[in-house]
Amino acid sequence: MHLDFSFLLSHNVLTGLALGVATTLKLFGCAWVCGFSLALLVAGLSMIPLAPLRQLLRLYVEYHRNVPAVVQIMVWYFGMPQVLPDKIGLWINHNGSEFIFALIALSLNVSAYMAEDIRSGLRAIPATQIEAARSIGLNALGALRHVAMPQALRIGVPPLVNRSLILFKDTSLATIIGVTEVMNQVRAIENATFRTFEVFIVGTLFYLLTSLLLMGFGAWFGKRYPATFRS
Amino acid sequence: MIHILQKYGMLFLVGPWPHGPLGGLGATLILAGLGLAGSLPIALLLGLARISPWRLLRWPASAWVYGLRGIPLIMIIFWAYYLLPVIIGDTVPPFPTALCAIIVYEAAFLAEIVRAGIQGLPPGQMEAARSAGLSYVQAMVHVVLPQALANMLPSMVNQFVSTIKATSIVYIIGVQEITYVAQQINTIEVADALQTYLILAIAYFLLCMALSSLAKTIERRLRLRQAGVSRPAGRPIRPQFGEAQ
Repeated sequence: MHLDFSFLLSHNVLTGLALGVATTLKLFGCAWVCGFSLALLVAGLSMIPLAPLRQLLRLYVEYHRNVPAVVQIMVWYFGMPQVLPDKIGLWINHNGSEFIFALIALSLNVSAYMAEDIRSGLRAIPATQIEAARSIGLNALGALRHVAMPQALRIGVPPLVNRSLILFKDTSLATIIGVTEVMNQVRAIENATFRTFEVFIVGTLFYLLTSLLLMGFGAWFGKRYPATFRS
Repeated sequence: MIHILQKYGMLFLVGPWPHGPLGGLGATLILAGLGLAGSLPIALLLGLARISPWRLLRWPASAWVYGLRGIPLIMIIFWAYYLLPVIIGDTVPPFPTALCAIIVYEAAFLAEIVRAGIQGLPPGQMEAARSAGLSYVQAMVHVVLPQALANMLPSMVNQFVSTIKATSIVYIIGVQEITYVAQQINTIEVADALQTYLILAIAYFLLCMALSSLAKTIERRLRLRQAGVSRPAGRPIRPQFGEAQ
């Protein structure tokens, strides 16, 4: 096997790869922010002692945890336009439906896992913490925001970083509906140049190095902000 | 939704079988099962190498684990798709290609479960076995691994669930498992896309939910058994005064 990387310097290949990297990072960033916000909401709502609401949230979490991300993307991209109101459907079609549906599917998917991570973080905090916070005059929301949440996030950070890593890798699944992220661009360049192994090596290195960066960040965060405040 | 199930129910379950190769949910289960079974021996070796006292074993194993955890499965599938024919020198059908990719990928994750299972045992087990005169390898094989493997059972069932979910992407190289079937049906029943994909989602949901609850049951049983074993009769359960709590 003879490898020749010189074709990578051609203008088309470079811009194609750059577009792929930009799209992957955009998809990852947006899905992370949306997913994490949703997860905070779900974790917060699941603390309300209301049976029907809890069961609904349980179903939401279990659906997203037990159905493959690939299938969730397909349900959104192929299935949902059938039931979406025409106006919303048109707007999505005009604004790049592939990216938007991939973003929705990945955000919902990751939010279910993150909500579980945050919830188990919240449960790891002794009830006396909340009682103490309430007794010094914080209201329920204040106790949650200033006492429970910061601790829960620290306990939840290792699983959250791990989940972020999986989300980053899952952005590659968006290639199945034609989002122009790295995996998609790699396959397109492979199709155009037949330099299969060279372009796959470049794509693999991109995923590997970014993943290692995330893993490294997780290790650093765990050391800098340890889970326990106790000495 | 009902009429799609009536018309294509068998296709979802077994694909074109018995008039063609086994596909659908059957192929998904076989692929995931073979994938996990195939990766277990590699994962055992990798897991043992990761905690071994010899650097020459530890480093390559760590590279495998960290490397493959940092690459998306779809990328590994394409590597297998293009690289296997070059290595073997002949065309490789989609199913074995996907199986190879899944074995290599899952081994990295299973190796971490093996490592955690071994490191989760009290170090006294290894020390006691060594002081009884067993060599490192003997102690590992006869004392540590049997206990660790039993403790790993729930995690392994969970890993089986992950593997089932991971196999949903292999339709992309033409393996005729259940997601492939759904894609095929979608090209015929274009108007009922949502129903087709919801059936697909529900199939995965039921299967994975059932397996996850099985994992939870096993875990509970194990914990009960361990609690029973580690508390010899006649000893007080409460810690004695002055003992560390």
